[in-house]
Amino acid sequence: MTDLRERAPAKVPTEKGKNALSLYRHLALMLLGAVVILALSYALPPFRNYQLATVGAYLCVTAGLTVLTGLNGQLSLGHGALMAVGAYTLAMTQNKLAGQGQWTLLVAVLAAIVVTTAVGAVVGLAAARLRGPYLAGLTLAVAVVVPAIASTFDTTFNSDQGLSVSVDPPPLALGYDFPYERWQAWLAWAGALVTLLFLANLVRSRFGRNLTAVRDDEAAARLAGINVARTQVMAFVVSAACAGLGGALIAVLSQSVSPGAFPLTLSLFLLMAIVIGGLGSLAGALWGAVLLVVLPATTHSLTDSFDVSAAVAQRLEGNLPLAIFGVVLIVVMLAFPGGIASLKKFLPNAKKLLPKRKA
Amino acid sequence: MTALLEVKGLTAGYGAAPVLHDIDLSIEQGQIVAVMGANGAGKTTLLRTLSGLVKPTSGEIRLDGADLRTTKVEQMVRRGIAHVPEGRGVVTELTVDENLRLGGLWRSDKADARKALDEVYELFEPLARRKRHPGHQLSGGERQMLALGRALIGRPRLMLLDEPSLGLAPRVIAQIMALLRDLRNSTGMTVLLVEQNVRSALSIADIGVVMSLGRVVTRNDAATLRTDDELRHAYLGF
Amino acid sequence: MDRFIFLTFDGLSRGAVYAAFALSLVLIWRAARIVNFAQGAMAVATAYAGYSVATATGSYWLGFAVALVGGLLLGAGVERVVMRFVDHSSPLNGVVVALGLVLVIQAVLGMIYGNEFRPAGAPFSRDAFVVGGVALLSRFDLWVFAAVIAVVALLVLLFTRTAVGLRMRAAAFAPDVSRLLGVNVGGMLTLGWALAAAVGSLAGMLVIPTELGLHPNAMDIVFVSAFTAAVVGGLDSAIGAVVGGVIVGLLLSYVSGYLGATVAPIAVLVLLLVVLLGRPGGLFGSVKARAA
Ligand SMILES: Nc1ncnc2c1ncn2[C@@H]1O[C@H](COP(=O)(O)OP(=O)(O)OP(=O)(O)O)[C@@H](O)[C@H]1O
Ligand SMILES: [Mg+2]
Repeated sequence: MTDLRERAPAKVPTEKGKNALSLYRHLALMLLGAVVILALSYALPPFRNYQLATVGAYLCVTAGLTVLTGLNGQLSLGHGALMAVGAYTLAMTQNKLAGQGQWTLLVAVLAAIVVTTAVGAVVGLAAARLRGPYLAGLTLAVAVVVPAIASTFDTTFNSDQGLSVSVDPPPLALGYDFPYERWQAWLAWAGALVTLLFLANLVRSRFGRNLTAVRDDEAAARLAGINVARTQVMAFVVSAACAGLGGALIAVLSQSVSPGAFPLTLSLFLLMAIVIGGLGSLAGALWGAVLLVVLPATTHSLTDSFDVSAAVAQRLEGNLPLAIFGVVLIVVMLAFPGGIASLKKFLPNAKKLLPKRKA
Repeated sequence: MTALLEVKGLTAGYGAAPVLHDIDLSIEQGQIVAVMGANGAGKTTLLRTLSGLVKPTSGEIRLDGADLRTTKVEQMVRRGIAHVPEGRGVVTELTVDENLRLGGLWRSDKADARKALDEVYELFEPLARRKRHPGHQLSGGERQMLALGRALIGRPRLMLLDEPSLGLAPRVIAQIMALLRDLRNSTGMTVLLVEQNVRSALSIADIGVVMSLGRVVTRNDAATLRTDDELRHAYLGF
Repeated sequence: MDRFIFLTFDGLSRGAVYAAFALSLVLIWRAARIVNFAQGAMAVATAYAGYSVATATGSYWLGFAVALVGGLLLGAGVERVVMRFVDHSSPLNGVVVALGLVLVIQAVLGMIYGNEFRPAGAPFSRDAFVVGGVALLSRFDLWVFAAVIAVVALLVLLFTRTAVGLRMRAAAFAPDVSRLLGVNVGGMLTLGWALAAAVGSLAGMLVIPTELGLHPNAMDIVFVSAFTAAVVGGLDSAIGAVVGGVIVGLLLSYVSGYLGATVAPIAVLVLLLVVLLGRPGGLFGSVKARAA
């Protein structure tokens, strides 16, 4: 008896200690990331800073999607649409409050997260009852239909033209000639780093273990006392919140929102980004986000170097990234016969970056 | 008399570790050979390897002296091999009639295929009465008739049967065994019969083969095996 | 009342197209247990090919034939070159590969033809006959009915009356047993994809003239409607696909007629949600299939 009593409390502090340790480690990593971004934002020219900011915005979404699809095994083709929800919420809130100071942006971003989370909860409730192609089909429908909703309501959403978003210039305290793009990079990466910190800790928690347990074997997870449906809905909610933040940041960066900015292809791009990034790792989500920005930019400069007419160049420029993404997606899926789950085995470095989990 | 089926040094399995080790087996035209052994001995794997569903890692399989290893599974029926798999392989979504017709689709002699179909309906009365029923409505015995009948429509030279007695009443088992013997006697068909039901199998077999842990441990006349107490105790458990 | 009658006929005509497209999804699902998310993109690709030929030769029907034959070839090619090598241990893999195909096909179309809408003419007049003051059906609608009914009848004949149809069904239900009975299972799978894609191409040729025209993304929303139709029918059932198609067609027609065309996609989403959550097996399928 005494033996047991002594042991039980002794065990808890160690686990707590571990968690605290990983929290500190994650905090340290986040600070390191902040320093790197800060340095980059001073080193890079404005246009590159804008790209850096875009990577940050996408990273919010890919990181959340990684948790949902990689760790929990739910495929969503609807996250582009969830981004649209976040973006439109931000635009409408921000335009209501504009001109009252920088704080309005924070309020608008929070509003975007809250609204997207609510929408995500609705989709997630449905998603938790669906598997495989049914889930894919439902989320695909969401991705196709949501932009259509935005086109429908002229008065609120101004149909296909969309809304413009008035964002305040950088605070004066930073100086008069502080480049706007650097400010954008700071904003986007503040969001991205907070998201990563949140997710990294989440993945390490009991909830994170439940996610993978449910993905690997639902029946076994249920036997182990895990509430499968609730875990799945929560995973959807978390990733929707991330998508809302990402969408809001995209709206801030481009200072406009329109249905055309959130087509089905965006959702497919996001899926591709996390598949290629090595499904299930937050570091992979970073590579995916980088790819989403770099690949179109590269093909852009590539098509510029071709000696073709302007019309042809324009066609190539718009479609080459699509083709490359598609081919990469197919090749990756075929070349790694274990499917997406086995990808990590082929990436020697990925192990170190991954939260620990059973193969 | 040369062997119809000749297996030499056959090794096969599903992954890295082989399930069958160095199997030698020779069956002559018109013989009934019973393969027996404990669960997991590799009997099913042996049949699956013979019909090409499992690829051998080494060894030879010859039918009438011709290499069988390079023959595709879907070509096996054309070489005269009918494999009635474990659990019978009735396509439960198809009707009885469709299942039976499926057995003759590959044949170019359509007239004979139709004749064989009629013969099967004559042989198995219950099937004729359930022509339009889907496979999943059949009883275990009826499924066995369907599987056997479907194989017979191909007029095979070599029939590979995997535990036809599984789950059947003793009387039905006896009927099936008698049927197999009659078929062999009337058509000269060769039968490789995998059975857990050793007594029934040995009652019609000419040769008995005992497998254990993926190897052939005994091959002898069925008559001898029936009376070999030591062997029966060691491997067959009765 | 007149409007209701008109909308009903219009809905039936749309429904016929969705039924055909849903049928093409069901064909592949039954043969390969894959929902072919690239079906819409494949249909658009063959429609582009068809209209290119029609423009070049001046014969719509030659283009029409090219689209259907193109569908056969594209379906067979996709199965042989890509889908055959997908690892099916997780149902996500097939979906992801199909989505990759969507990107590739749409990109290639965009590169060749550009991302603008191109006019796509109809082979028959789309002006409705007016009977007793009520607008009913156009010649084009009649053509749609005839084409879809012919295809459904041909498929029913193929699967229930021919040896090839029996082989295809057996290969889908029990591949190993079928191989032991001499069925070329791989070939049947390829044939299934080819047929399904051709049916999808037909649906594309029937729907594109009624929409904005040719565009790489032209079938996205049609795909969602057809997927909904297939799910309403149970995904496993050919009759279900036809009934589901008609239900979706009528719903879309009434909603766009009474509430406005832009509300229609939302109605489809709601229907899909309601069916998936309320009647998990669809109208004709088994509940078991949903967990696959
Ligand atoms: N598909 C498979 N993948 C991997 N291993 C398998 C597979 N099928 C069988 N095995 C293994 O091969 C060995 C032999 O199995 P097999 O089915 O041939 O035995 P058997 O003699 O037919 O047994 P039983 O009498 O129970 O039918 C077993 O250890 C089994 O676990
Ligand atoms: Mg066995």
